[in-house]
Amino acid sequence: MNNSKYSDAALLLFFIIMVVAGPFILAPFGGSYPDLLQKFAIFGIFAIGFNILFGLTGYLSFGHAVFLGVGSYGAVWMFKLLSYNVLPALVMAVVVAGFFSVVIGYISLRRSGIYFSILTLAFAQMMFNVAYSVATPITNGETGLQIYNDDPQWLQGADSPLTTNLFGLKMNEVFWRPEFFGFEAQFNVGYYFCAFFLVIAFYLALRITRSPFGMMLRAIKTNQNRLSFTGVSTRPYMLAAFVISGMYAGLAGGLWACMDPLAGAERMQWTASGEVVLMTILGGAGTMLGPVLGAGFIKYFEAIFSKINDQVLHSWFAFMPDGMENFMVAIVHPFVGKGWHLTLGLLFMMIVIFLPGGLIGGLTSLGRVLTGRGRKSKG
Amino acid sequence: MQILEVKGVNKRFGGLQALNDVNLSVSEGAIHAIIGPNGAGKSTLLNCFIGRLNPDSGSVTFNGNSLLGMKPHEINQVGVSRVFQTPEIFVDLTVLENVMIPALAHRDGAFKLNPFRRMRQETDMRDKAIDVLEDIGLEDKLDMTASSMSRGDKRRLEMAMGLVQDPKLLLLDEPTAGMSRADTNNTIDVLKHIGDSRGITMVIIEHDMHVVFSLADKISVLAQGTVIVEDVPGNIKGNPKVQEAYLGTAN
Repeated sequence: MNNSKYSDAALLLFFIIMVVAGPFILAPFGGSYPDLLQKFAIFGIFAIGFNILFGLTGYLSFGHAVFLGVGSYGAVWMFKLLSYNVLPALVMAVVVAGFFSVVIGYISLRRSGIYFSILTLAFAQMMFNVAYSVATPITNGETGLQIYNDDPQWLQGADSPLTTNLFGLKMNEVFWRPEFFGFEAQFNVGYYFCAFFLVIAFYLALRITRSPFGMMLRAIKTNQNRLSFTGVSTRPYMLAAFVISGMYAGLAGGLWACMDPLAGAERMQWTASGEVVLMTILGGAGTMLGPVLGAGFIKYFEAIFSKINDQVLHSWFAFMPDGMENFMVAIVHPFVGKGWHLTLGLLFMMIVIFLPGGLIGGLTSLGRVLTGRGRKSKG
Repeated sequence: MQILEVKGVNKRFGGLQALNDVNLSVSEGAIHAIIGPNGAGKSTLLNCFIGRLNPDSGSVTFNGNSLLGMKPHEINQVGVSRVFQTPEIFVDLTVLENVMIPALAHRDGAFKLNPFRRMRQETDMRDKAIDVLEDIGLEDKLDMTASSMSRGDKRRLEMAMGLVQDPKLLLLDEPTAGMSRADTNNTIDVLKHIGDSRGITMVIIEHDMHVVFSLADKISVLAQGTVIVEDVPGNIKGNPKVQEAYLGTAN
């Protein structure tokens, strides 16, 4: 417990360096462009927040995308009513997500285990359908909520930019495009804005995990019944964890809207809720770095695999005889492009079966084998 | 002064009258043992004290307040801690954390939102937990994960989790069941030491007569759901009713 002070500081420093150097690190992998980098940070925040609930308490929410979705709607409404400034949008996103997580959490947490998961899933589907149809005046239904020229934007200054900005600093601006080992690295304002919140989110999650509150949450995961016989009322602890992770999701949704001022109901669909579960488990549930790594992993493969089409495949297998080439393309075809989820599914199965601790668990054991000594603490 | 009073408690499970008009009173500072043959209703009675079961009728009063209808965490917060028969510990956490959780629950109450307080600021609670773990002989296993402990150590840890709360009343459900003779004697010494030094009132449910007669100030004998005798240990052994309950009637 005492030595965690130094290893936590080291962990945080490592995290900050990785995030700041993100555009460089990803350049050789073809991932250094604003859209993908922003997604890493946004879904990193989403997964860190989800991990506070799932990783610490073991309660598996299957409806967390709701909070991301309402966060996005809240943010876009601020753009429509006030101005393109991102700060009020983010505040609104977190507040709205917090409100919804109090209501949904209060009801869902009356049950535990699979029933809790089903309740959250039911809420998510309900919210998705409401956003898609009934609540059209607020959500603009199928089209999605976006900003129109006749929106009031009461606080929009005459000379401030007509795109999301932080007091004039445009989110979509790329301010530096250095060459890095022959690859272009794009340094973007929006990414660093998201990265700032990612680092804060990571730091707060670290503090929560190491607090007495965090210890109670871990005790809930281990033996909730025993904890109540120890004098702890477990439900408020659960609700607090649920709301904190809901607000993280709201922040992620708000940031997403700040990068691209749109909000659609599909952000709340159950597949989106499932995705954050995959990210967390893939990276390593209950670890500090795991969820961010899992989020990056999934978003990266989504970007890379979904871009591969038959033309690219043909160029890969061009060295083969014609019949063989067509055969190989036909085999690989279902795993790329629109079918990249198939690849993701296979990767997910392999990781769950062979690396039960997720990517972080795998890296930890690898490190142990390489250094030849048992290391107790892990990120 | 009577700290725990049980009056006319009945509990029926279907066709089985598990508790039949049970009366019991425990004096403050005493070690009170409840003994009885298998199926006498000992565990059912204990579960009525901690909110796991609600009796069909009767009253359970602790320090003048009724315990019936209270939630488990509320009963704990008024000063009743329980040590379980099968160790119910937080197996994924370390020994020290296992003891700090009840210590924090005792200090902070049923809920405290302090997500940004650092665990290592809790030096008082840490010292208190280590203190109890020293008493119980686990001070060299502080950072061990609870799941990897031996069964005997898990039971000791259970006891430490109860003791660290400085309870007004500690309920122990067969604290030595399944222990070796050496471990049993050790546990007796620990409980004696704690009873003397901390002045905690204890209610012990026990099978092992050796344990009961070495520890108890007073014994209640439960048979077929009823308290048949309540007396000091010296008078229990020779009591014909007790012999009958344990050995059956001589034909």
